[in-house]
Amino acid sequence: MLSKGLKRKREEEEEKESLAVDALWLDPGHAAVAQAPPTAASSSLFDLSVIKLHHSLQQSEPDLRHLVLVVNTLRRIQASMAPAAALPPVPSPPAAPSMADNLLASSDAALSASMASLLEDLSHIEGLSQAPQPLADEGPPGRSIGGVAPSLGALDLLGPATGCLLDDGLEGLFEDIDTSMYDNELWAPASEGLKPGPEDGPGKEEAPELDEAELDYLMDVLVGTQALERPPGPGR
Amino acid sequence: MTSSSRATGIGRHFEKGKKSLPGAGGGGCPAGGNDFQWCFSQVKGAIDEDVAEADIISTVEFNYSGDLLATGDKGGRVVIFQREQENKSRPHSRGEYNVYSTFQSHEPEFDYLKSLEIEEKINKIRWLPQQNAAHFLLSTNDKTIKLWKISERDKRAEGYNLKDEDGRLRDPFRITALRVPILKPMDLMVEASPRRIFANAHTYHINSISVNSDHETYLSADDLRINLWHLEITDRSFNIVDIKPANMEELTEVITAAEFHPHQCNVFVYSSSKGTIRLCDMRSSALCDRHSKFFEEPEDPSSRSFFSEIISSISDVKFSHSGRYMMSRDYLSVKVWDLNMESRPLETHQVHEYLRSKLCSLYENDCIFDKFECCWNGSDSAIMTGSYNNFFRMFDRDTRRDVTLEASRESSKPRASLKPRKVCTGGKRKKDEISVDSLDFNKKILHTAWHPADSVIAVAATNNLYIFQDKIN
Repeated sequence: MLSKGLKRKREEEEEKESLAVDALWLDPGHAAVAQAPPTAASSSLFDLSVIKLHHSLQQSEPDLRHLVLVVNTLRRIQASMAPAAALPPVPSPPAAPSMADNLLASSDAALSASMASLLEDLSHIEGLSQAPQPLADEGPPGRSIGGVAPSLGALDLLGPATGCLLDDGLEGLFEDIDTSMYDNELWAPASEGLKPGPEDGPGKEEAPELDEAELDYLMDVLVGTQALERPPGPGR
Repeated sequence: MTSSSRATGIGRHFEKGKKSLPGAGGGGCPAGGNDFQWCFSQVKGAIDEDVAEADIISTVEFNYSGDLLATGDKGGRVVIFQREQENKSRPHSRGEYNVYSTFQSHEPEFDYLKSLEIEEKINKIRWLPQQNAAHFLLSTNDKTIKLWKISERDKRAEGYNLKDEDGRLRDPFRITALRVPILKPMDLMVEASPRRIFANAHTYHINSISVNSDHETYLSADDLRINLWHLEITDRSFNIVDIKPANMEELTEVITAAEFHPHQCNVFVYSSSKGTIRLCDMRSSALCDRHSKFFEEPEDPSSRSFFSEIISSISDVKFSHSGRYMMSRDYLSVKVWDLNMESRPLETHQVHEYLRSKLCSLYENDCIFDKFECCWNGSDSAIMTGSYNNFFRMFDRDTRRDVTLEASRESSKPRASLKPRKVCTGGKRKKDEISVDSLDFNKKILHTAWHPADSVIAVAATNNLYIFQDKIN
């Protein structure tokens, strides 16, 4: 049948249910067309959409179109599930990966917080590639320090390249992680145990103290990138 | 990608398709106006069941004369086919396409600043109009556009004074006589060389490039921005559309395709993920954030669903050759718009309406996000687009007839007529019909191209390129 993607048995049943529901409320003659479809089908679609959203964000560079469409669909499903509830503003940290637990009320806040921070961090990616700007410029006005926590959840999903892991205030959150590899010695070419990590690039770029040797190294890396982009010789 | 033209042999001619009842999936009559009969001509690509990811064709484009046909693949390679001159002694070979040039256009790259791999997949190829003996095309991946020059060399100079035949330099003091080098014929060599590299202008993934009718500029579009380039200048581009919101949280719409008007060099259109098309005039302001025209069909409330927006997302937009119309492709349909009427399309053609009841499954397996392209024939009387199961659809705008054809190895006998296909939506399945549940959703025809003048079409089916021609002409 429709191939692609792993299917667990439970999802198959839910899918059949969804298909049946699709047919039901797509029938123009049906009175329920204008109303919200039954919650069971909506919630399975909701779960599916959340999974898709997470999967999309776990990509190193998410497909923006896919992301935007899934988010908009998720908002639609959410709106139909709780049409009266207005989405609360972004106050508290999200319940992130375990969204399946709370479908309605808390996931509203969680979702909007996650989405806000996730889309926010996409702009952080761009901010890093342009002329150096402090991260604070990319944030919405009035974003409190408390908002850093949702960002962090998003950073986990987006991968190491997007975050400035050495920012003030975040170090405490890495207590259980051995941060020795993120120390300044990383940039000395001769240091041991150095992961051949361009991932450390953006983090170091933002760190305030970069001495000359580190700058030279950074320049070499950048020039190396430029060399890659030079056109190949004729006769290829 | 290996080329494998089928040798001419005994042709088997199928009878014209039996007339079947009109219904979803197309009728039994050939489309394309004036009783076209599409026949298999050639297929390029390996026959193996195991398809290498790199061999998957990602774009197909005829040049302005139709003599050259370019394909790009996921491995970053470009293969150009050239049409053979018609040969009176072999009338059946009627302009076959054979490999002319193959080159590696883009390589995988690593963006060190963002720690991201940049795919080498060729998203689009666009030819430049030919101005001299060489051919030029633009090819792009997600981030970088390149201008390639494809030129022929069939002569070699011999008899240099300062170097000998091996290329070693001669000592000038030893030269006692001068000679004029002579040009001698050699085996034809086709060389492709990158003449310009347009890089570092797109933060998001490039989805479109379009050459302007002034032949000097072109646009490139990514998810949120459109840039205008001059073909001679690589270190600078002008941003002409920017839909990035101040807060990315507010992002709800992305750009999906963009194209310049074929004749008016100041006009271009871009489509969005919300099913809208904006026409912009570059004379009105430097930044074309405000459109001149806005094309959107109001949503039909009776068919509203959670997936309404996704299926309305436009995957391709193409001006007609005349410049009077444009066509947009969304998930289930193709719409033809009159540029003078923004409120609704002139025509709507259903591509595979039988999928409407399957949207949930198609959402689950991500097929609902597939981006199909569409194309016009030379006279703008017919349009073509792809579907699943290696089916593709043609709509004749004059006769209002449509047909479903299949690109498959089974119907690949030399000059064999293509039999119209039909999808059965429910109830009793007739012989030769295929049921919706049996469709292979991995066999997608996303890229098709129509010769600018003749009745020749190129259809990309995963790693194979099919070329079909009209029997009558």
